Amino acid sequence: MRYAMAIDTKKCVGCSDCVVACQTENDVPIGYCRDWVVEVMDGTYPQLEMEIRSERCNHCENSPCVRCCPTGASHYGEGGIVLVTENKCIGCSACITSCPYDARFVHPKGYVDKCTFCLHRVKKGLQPACVAVCPTKCMYFGDLDDPRSEVSMVLKKRKWKTLIPEAGTKPHLYFLI
Amino acid sequence: MNSRRQFLKISSLSAAGLIFGGGLLDAFAENLVKKNPSHFKGPFDFVRTPTYCEVCFWKCAGWVYKDENGRIKKIIGNNDDPNCNGRFCPRGTGGVGMYNDEDRLKTPLIRTEERGEQTFREASWDEAFDYIAAKLQKVKKEHGPESLALFSHGSGGKYFGKVLKGLGSNNIAAPSYAQCRGPREVAFLATYGQGINSPENTDIRDTKCLVLIGSHLGENMHNGQVQEMSDAIDKGATIITVDPRFSTVASKSKFWLPIKPSTDMALLLTWMNVIINEELYDKKYVEKYCYGFDQLKEHVQQYTPEWAYGVTTLKPQQIRETARAMADAAPAVIVHPGRHVTWYGDDTQRLRAVAILNALLGSWGRRGGFYNPEKASVPHYKIPKFPKPNKSWREALGGKYNLADLALASGLCDASMPTPDLGHQIKAWIVNGTNLINTLPNQANTLKAIQELDLIAVVDTMPMEITGYADVVLPECTYLERYDSLRVSQGREPSIALRMPAVDPKYNTKPAYWMAREIAKRLDLLDYFPFENLEDEIDWELQQVGTSLEEMQRIGVKRIKREYDDLYFEKNEDIEFDTNTGKIELYSTALAEEGFEPIPVFVQHPEPQEGFYRLIYGRAPMHTFSRTANNPNLTDLMDENTLWVNPKVAKEWDLKNDQYVYLENQDGIISDFSIKVRVTERIRFDSVYMVHGFGHADKRMKRCFGKGISDTQLISNVMIDPIMGGTGMRGNFVTFRFDNKKEA
Repeated sequence: MRYAMAIDTKKCVGCSDCVVACQTENDVPIGYCRDWVVEVMDGTYPQLEMEIRSERCNHCENSPCVRCCPTGASHYGEGGIVLVTENKCIGCSACITSCPYDARFVHPKGYVDKCTFCLHRVKKGLQPACVAVCPTKCMYFGDLDDPRSEVSMVLKKRKWKTLIPEAGTKPHLYFLI
Repeated sequence: MNSRRQFLKISSLSAAGLIFGGGLLDAFAENLVKKNPSHFKGPFDFVRTPTYCEVCFWKCAGWVYKDENGRIKKIIGNNDDPNCNGRFCPRGTGGVGMYNDEDRLKTPLIRTEERGEQTFREASWDEAFDYIAAKLQKVKKEHGPESLALFSHGSGGKYFGKVLKGLGSNNIAAPSYAQCRGPREVAFLATYGQGINSPENTDIRDTKCLVLIGSHLGENMHNGQVQEMSDAIDKGATIITVDPRFSTVASKSKFWLPIKPSTDMALLLTWMNVIINEELYDKKYVEKYCYGFDQLKEHVQQYTPEWAYGVTTLKPQQIRETARAMADAAPAVIVHPGRHVTWYGDDTQRLRAVAILNALLGSWGRRGGFYNPEKASVPHYKIPKFPKPNKSWREALGGKYNLADLALASGLCDASMPTPDLGHQIKAWIVNGTNLINTLPNQANTLKAIQELDLIAVVDTMPMEITGYADVVLPECTYLERYDSLRVSQGREPSIALRMPAVDPKYNTKPAYWMAREIAKRLDLLDYFPFENLEDEIDWELQQVGTSLEEMQRIGVKRIKREYDDLYFEKNEDIEFDTNTGKIELYSTALAEEGFEPIPVFVQHPEPQEGFYRLIYGRAPMHTFSRTANNPNLTDLMDENTLWVNPKVAKEWDLKNDQYVYLENQDGIISDFSIKVRVTERIRFDSVYMVHGFGHADKRMKRCFGKGISDTQLISNVMIDPIMGGTGMRGNFVTFRFDNKKEA
């Protein structure tokens, strides 16, 4: 089982609902976020293009953060989801430095925090909070090993890209373009 | 002389000590707790209660989840709700911040004069109500009931409306009409005999072509529409966006027409020209349903694409190509009527042009165009008839704007100033949930009117600027802490939704229903409030439609089967439209009767002088007007507005990204605060853009005080729509300043 998420940049309007929904679902303190929105604009007026992406931890198959963690707090969990065990984390921030996606932060309680793909929901058969709330339904989540999962199907049908592929991290966050 | 009403910062209060009212109040609080139903256990061991959202007025229905400690954990959409389909927007998801906001109004306040200084003092509810009731009675006695007015934007307005109507006044206005969607309603009524209303009857889900003119869906987060637009994108619909700004939706559009601001009418008339002359219009539809085609055809001959190029700066080829794209998709095409449309003062006419264009394309009443919405009919408990007002709100307008179908907030404000020819003057305001200071354009005018009043009572959850001008402030609890009347929404499928308290009211705050009833009690108007508790009235209403409060507490939303199977027109169906001619009026007989142009004409609007830029404002998806500006969850996403400036302009003024500037408008008004510059190609060189609702001046709102600029402060030139009195706000021009010192 390999959990992955695909985000349709053609539909995302960058409303940041995913950010608020994640905050309330996961008790992320105000002032911090596990997911965020990026707008990339190109061109000069009036020949313009813009891509909007909801970003978060890429849950890489080859995760620099897991590799560099001195205590084993950062680890691969169910379905390849990259997780942090709070009470094993010493807050050394090596993982934060190693992450090419800037997906991690130090929680005010002292441990490193990040997106969990809402594993607690996924275990109950629910979608991650961001996927479930998105008004544009631009996010797809599921198991890459299941060819009939939403995410497998949409990746088969559409053109996609990953972020910073040259880092060799094998991300599990895909952007439909 | 009147004692001049000074703006009071509520922060002058000692923060400590909440004063609770008399025994009656405590009884109420207890009642509320007792009456809370046996909560339904949700799937995650959270207790959940139904609500519909009050952060904007789309009114999505959802569930409020609480954790094991009874704290609100999250708010999630109700899957059965047609307004949201189980998905709230960021504002609804962050609605919990409205409850948690520590800067909320916490107890009733009364303005007093102490040692020549005006100040607020904390008051008991009884004192506050006695004060208001006595003043209302006095004003009524001295000036007649027509001197009372209610401004409202929110659920509570209904209850204060009963008080006002009971006293014999129907001066009840929402700024959502004359400051927002009014011209659209009047234009569609004049054309189709039917308005658009909310949620809009646009069939975006099934459209093949969506035309947005200055409407920025996606930034304007009206949930159902954004969801359907996303569905339409999935199905390959063509989007055409007309906007001087490269909006979010412009980036999703096949065609972006970066129009010169204020020339939309030219484009609309030219599109008609192309569609008629290239015979792309729906001939059968026009012949069967429309009135005045020949006059229209003749009229639009002058508006050629080559002419429009000079006016709009859009290339003739672009105009033709987009006209053809619309016709290709017809009748599954929507030339969207927008929502906030009070721009240039000829807005009813511009929206008439939108309505006519839709008629030529045959989209009204067709799948993928505009559907025929239906609303559930929920009977109301019989109360005595309200006395007929001696003078209605219309008379406050001095014989103007006869086609307005609702009262004008701006009109009632104007009628609060001495106007000898009017015969009466409004002397008392109740203001519910609308920050008139940041809502009505021309702030100087609003402040002048306020000075003339004998009473201004403000009901709000937050210490918005308007509360600083109040004689009495009534702190309302948020929508998460109260019952409100049922939401009865129009849509493809009618639905009703329940709002009930998820938690008890925080601080010494109360629901508007209770406040209005307490005032009514003191004015001998209790006959209009037969139910002591609103939930009993709701239950009675629900019983009439075959459900109950108990059931609705469990399900939250009930969809009701349509009474008529008339979502779209049948093929060749004979239809009588509710217009003078019974047809869709391309040529408006109603406008002609009133002495207005029966077919829209292009009028040139003023342009910015050298060194000035047109001030364009809009919305951000995580905020609703200024009401969310202090919400901790939403401020976390966006805590100030920025000023979009084209790089060419930035170069000329040597402006850098993230630099703060002040703005001065054409009338010499300088912004109180400064705004962060955002240099971007996404805005034309003749305009600047900011999100509405920032630049708050009340220090008590700690998170948003002084953050960004209030566009409203700079909107002093108001272009009034002669047809319905809408306040056109896009004719203001600003220049940059590096300080805000007024010249001596």
